[in-house]
Amino acid sequence: MLEYVEKIREAARKLFKDGKVDVFIGYKKGSIPMINQPVLINSADQAELLYWDRNCGLNLCNYLTRRTDRIGIVANGCNSRNIVTHITENQIRRDQLYIVGIPCQGMIDHRAVQRAVKQQEILAVEEHSETFTVKGKDFEETFNIKDYLRSNCLVCTHRNPVIFDEIISQPVEEQTGIDAYKDVRQIEGMDPENKWDFFTRMIDKCIRCYACRDACPLCYCPTCFVDESRPQWVGKGIDPVDTMTFHILRAYHCAGRCTDCGACERVCPMSIPVRQFTKKLNKDAQEFFSWEAGLSLDQRPLLDVFRPDDYNDFIR
Amino acid sequence: MTKKIYTKKEWIETLAGLQSSYNIFVPVRDGDFHIFEAMDDKKNPDFNFKNTRLSPKSLVFPQSERLFEYTLDENDPDANIIKQSEKDYFPQAIVGIRPCDAHAFQIVRPNFDNPEYQDPWWIQRYESTTFVGLGCNDPDSTCFCTSVGGGPFSEKGLDALLYDLGDTFLVKVLTDKGEKFLNQAQGGKEADETALKAGEDLAAKATDKIEAKVSTDKLKDKVQTELFDAPFWNEVAFACINCGTCTYLCPTCWCFDIQDEIFKKQGDRIRNWDSCMFPLFTLHGSGHNPRARKVQRVRQRFMHKLKYYVDKYNNGVQCSGCGRCVKNCPVNIDIRQVCELMNTFSHKN
Amino acid sequence: MNNPYLPYPVRIDKIVTETEDRNLKTFRFVFQKPEDENKFSYIPGQFAELSIAGKGESPIGIASSPTEKGHVTFTVNKVGLVTTHLHNMKEGDVMGIRGPLGNWYPWQEMEGKNIVIIGGGFAFTTLRSSIVYMLHPDNRARFKDISVVYGARNPGMLLYKDELAEWEQRDDMNMHITVDGTDDPDWKYNIGFVPTITEQKITSADDAIAIVCGPPIMIKFTQPVLEKVGFSPERIILSLEMRMKCGIGMCGRCNIGHKFVCKDGPVFSLAQLKNMPPEY
Repeated sequence: MLEYVEKIREAARKLFKDGKVDVFIGYKKGSIPMINQPVLINSADQAELLYWDRNCGLNLCNYLTRRTDRIGIVANGCNSRNIVTHITENQIRRDQLYIVGIPCQGMIDHRAVQRAVKQQEILAVEEHSETFTVKGKDFEETFNIKDYLRSNCLVCTHRNPVIFDEIISQPVEEQTGIDAYKDVRQIEGMDPENKWDFFTRMIDKCIRCYACRDACPLCYCPTCFVDESRPQWVGKGIDPVDTMTFHILRAYHCAGRCTDCGACERVCPMSIPVRQFTKKLNKDAQEFFSWEAGLSLDQRPLLDVFRPDDYNDFIR
Repeated sequence: MTKKIYTKKEWIETLAGLQSSYNIFVPVRDGDFHIFEAMDDKKNPDFNFKNTRLSPKSLVFPQSERLFEYTLDENDPDANIIKQSEKDYFPQAIVGIRPCDAHAFQIVRPNFDNPEYQDPWWIQRYESTTFVGLGCNDPDSTCFCTSVGGGPFSEKGLDALLYDLGDTFLVKVLTDKGEKFLNQAQGGKEADETALKAGEDLAAKATDKIEAKVSTDKLKDKVQTELFDAPFWNEVAFACINCGTCTYLCPTCWCFDIQDEIFKKQGDRIRNWDSCMFPLFTLHGSGHNPRARKVQRVRQRFMHKLKYYVDKYNNGVQCSGCGRCVKNCPVNIDIRQVCELMNTFSHKN
Repeated sequence: MNNPYLPYPVRIDKIVTETEDRNLKTFRFVFQKPEDENKFSYIPGQFAELSIAGKGESPIGIASSPTEKGHVTFTVNKVGLVTTHLHNMKEGDVMGIRGPLGNWYPWQEMEGKNIVIIGGGFAFTTLRSSIVYMLHPDNRARFKDISVVYGARNPGMLLYKDELAEWEQRDDMNMHITVDGTDDPDWKYNIGFVPTITEQKITSADDAIAIVCGPPIMIKFTQPVLEKVGFSPERIILSLEMRMKCGIGMCGRCNIGHKFVCKDGPVFSLAQLKNMPPEY
């Protein structure tokens, strides 16, 4: 996706020259391999900072919440769906945004790459069209990109942006025949005790840094429920019950809104696969209500509307 | 002071032998990363690591710690009276701690141990801990300990230092506490000249390998209020998502919160790690928040670590160059870059 | 090892509701163990953490003067979790206080000078402590003229109403009571914002030190008035507030620059504040 870089810079320059935006939000190249830094530029001459590659795995929609200026922003499939949700939920207005759509071919899972080189320090990563080369102090290895895509990218069926003002290349082919919820079904098949153990073990490293919550564009509450003190819903220490409460409740607050962008997993410093909570809710939304979040500005949010044919077996 | 040589296998047996007198904490492999855990038969110590994901600061300063307890039962004559919780300061040893993390404890100490007030829990746990460091033969590119008063074989904060000579560990005792530790250890041979020389060479080579040079020399001379008003903070802060990753992984961050938690009629007063990155950190009861905006909080963190601490203690910056925040910041805010911006800042520009 | 986080157990001896909206109450505490009172020897300007088991702690300025023996008094505004619970407590209830904490008004510098005290709203508590201290027969001779300007939104919101009336009658101090506004036809004192009354009544900065305590907006408008009269920034003393937890300069949250409001403050001179980042 390196060919996008110059196109993004051009798009940004033009927007500033035509006076269409006050700021432009994108990524700039990271100071260490396999991560890029979200950046906000205010003028055409800063456009050179903009960058795009397979390490743009955060969700830039996170930076739009309640801004009041005119913003240019790059958005791939999942990010653009979050922008739709943001607009529907009144966190930003459509007319404030100029969206530069990016047909995405997936982001690299930096942890899988680290594992592949047995945790040796990676000093540089070079991307090519189908492969990437990883260099360290005394090693160099090339891998196939498709073997190291992030788990959410592997099951992505919305790689093309669903909303944009311009799109910087031809749309890419969407993946078909994807079984996105195999892992969720496996957990669903566990008996309650095993299921509880599975999740308890999964979050036992959680240090309550809230990186997952803070990276998620859906989590924009002025005061998060974990921070409330009157009444205090959740303790502030690392008691496992409090930690489980935080994760489960947060997942429920994302029900029907999550686009599986994977930012939460990308940012967790303890490598916890937090999407195991939200994926179950995404699966339920899809299976019970044929719902996927953020596909169109004309859709009201899932939990906002009631269709006459919604299932109601739970009403006894 | 004693200097001994152990084969690596022998060293692990020796540590196991010390378990009756010390809780021995060693680095243990846990999935993708390493963590310091109490030695036991089920987990093998693994000294082949760069550094642990979380710093060992939780062994002296736990993330959640009960300080006091009380009963709210009105029938009890001691109702509502706050009592200190029993603590056990059984001696512990952290073996394999990296010099940056040991130096970090020294950096943190003046906060908890100063002429006016002493924090009994931090101090007693620190004093019951023996630090046996492991010098870094192969620093990472993100390590910058040499720029902040440390080094891959720095002895600051350590009671003994291990040199990994390949098949063997050279153990060099540095303090009386370290001497006491090693005196109780079985095995090992007196280190000879070759081993000592090999250790010195290792240390020199490792120090040369550190590439990252972060300038901190001019921070002391900057005017605090001018640096505070510098124009670059908005740029630095944009990407920040105000999570607690940097503060929790950092061995030199120490901010905490005190919370009361009750269950029926019993209660505890607990100390938890807290982070200046969180919006509620400075929220007044009246609703006023001096650091309501993200940029103010990001500025606070860097100013605290690289300027306020410098002004307050005149003992360098509040950073030991371990590089954890550089590697793990979810949005790649790099303290090395921010430090350069601060060090080179001139308000006339 | 002495534990600075451990509160002294105290009993609530008396509760007085100060203001008509019932949001401010004065609590008089008596130490459960008499020797704790000696350990809690304090100087006007300091604060203490009021510690309630099961709720938490709240840093409140000490309203009583060390010349008043046998008890310690605090005037508490009902704001959050701890203070609301405290307001619902009764005389005889047990809780804890931790302190005394922080620094105090610069009594050494104030020796032999004219003292100007400006207070607004419920920030008057440590000022009461200072006034009672100075008026005590053992201390009065150490200070020259004492002028006090104290105002609240309306008569019902004034603290220590009985004492204010007493002080107004005294001839060894100039007490100027004011309210922002009132419909009360019997109101016999001033009407006007504190900065306005200050401008009228405080006409000289000669050999004087001013202590100012009040809401940020009052301080903002009083400061230029004092500067105009001739008070230098070293001679204007403020007492700040911050969110606190440990109260002893360790938890890191109350800092302004490299100073802690709980330990290096809460009393700062304006000169000191001008050299600190304006983040409070």
